[in-house]
Amino acid sequence: MRGYHDVGGLSLGPIDKDQHDYALWEKRVDAMLVLLANKGLITTDELRLGIETLGADVYERLGYYERWIASITRALVDRGVITTDELGRRMADVGRRAQEPS
Amino acid sequence: MTPRFKPGDAVTVRRAYPPGHIRTPHYIRGKSGVVERICGSFANPEELAYGRNGLPAQPLYRVRFTQGQVWPDYTGTAGDSLDIEIYEHWIEPASGATDAR
Amino acid sequence: MHDDHSHPHEHHPDHDGPLSDYQLMEMAVRELLIEKRILTADEIRRAVEAMDARSPAIGARVVARAWVDPAYKSRLLTAGTAACQELGIEMSSVKLVVVENTAQVHNLVVCTLCSCYPRMLLGLPPDWYKSRAYRARAVREPRAVLREFGTEIADDVTVRVHDSTADMRYLVLPLRPAGTEGWTEERLAGLVTRDSMVGVSVPRV
Repeated sequence: MRGYHDVGGLSLGPIDKDQHDYALWEKRVDAMLVLLANKGLITTDELRLGIETLGADVYERLGYYERWIASITRALVDRGVITTDELGRRMADVGRRAQEPS
Repeated sequence: MTPRFKPGDAVTVRRAYPPGHIRTPHYIRGKSGVVERICGSFANPEELAYGRNGLPAQPLYRVRFTQGQVWPDYTGTAGDSLDIEIYEHWIEPASGATDAR
Repeated sequence: MHDDHSHPHEHHPDHDGPLSDYQLMEMAVRELLIEKRILTADEIRRAVEAMDARSPAIGARVVARAWVDPAYKSRLLTAGTAACQELGIEMSSVKLVVVENTAQVHNLVVCTLCSCYPRMLLGLPPDWYKSRAYRARAVREPRAVLREFGTEIADDVTVRVHDSTADMRYLVLPLRPAGTEGWTEERLAGLVTRDSMVGVSVPRV
């Protein structure tokens, strides 16, 4: 068995040196992970396990911080910090607010 | 935990391929190298990944491998090496004797 | 944007387009955590600001100090975290190992399993460091990878790759270039690039 993330030694192609600008939401994901870990509400290894078990297809489709937020969210629900219901309602609410003309 | 190994010891990485959160890369399993330093003792990430505390902390080693022994087709210089941090439960003495466990 | 589709490349969400599910997720999670008083908006803002304040200039200062002060260099190589803290650098719980380039050894750092990186000294890692291609190939064909970054290492120099698989973080102490005798620390620090502290390149005058 070999995790999809466990890539050391695989024959992959040229290294893409393009650099994207970090968006605020990405930095916030990173910040939340650090803050939550400092408060003992998640460990870096929980974050990593969540990413490692996304499955190759999802892993490939998602960007780096999309994988992070998917994993952090899962860990928080797993630990009962937030519920699936709360999350679903709030995501819908945020989505509606984002559509409103500003 | 008292470290089982010390710098200079020849060790072999266990050939085991469990699922779960493992910090011993696939490519190094079954390979032999030399302990370069003891890094200290740390909680086991395999357990931390599931929200457990990973205690007792166990020794973590940096093990140095010769590239030519890790990759059969390595084309760099003979002295090129690869240093990896490996937890104690993943290494055994590289005595050549069969591991009874 | 990428002409070569022969290998999968990292997907970056379009920041100007409609919000993706994951951006909605981030907003929802953040709001919920704030409402539940688990985090505050202020804490998050300050953490982002701290992240923005970190750049390779911090690591460059450490390197320049090691170049001019042999006793500091010795402390840095023995106990990396403490030596950085000496310079007032916030290291949190990071355990830093500094590896020295010499005339005989060139060091290269990678995290094959994820993207472990000495962020306290270099800021956020570049996308290429996190890429599957770099992580796969740096351990297996480091000299070819170095060549892709324009760095050629002679055959009589050992290339030593460090895979940060566990709790240590690594910083390469590059070799001080010739022709810099008498330079101030500040001027020396200006030579030290992020790429040279990861090990894919070397500082040049």
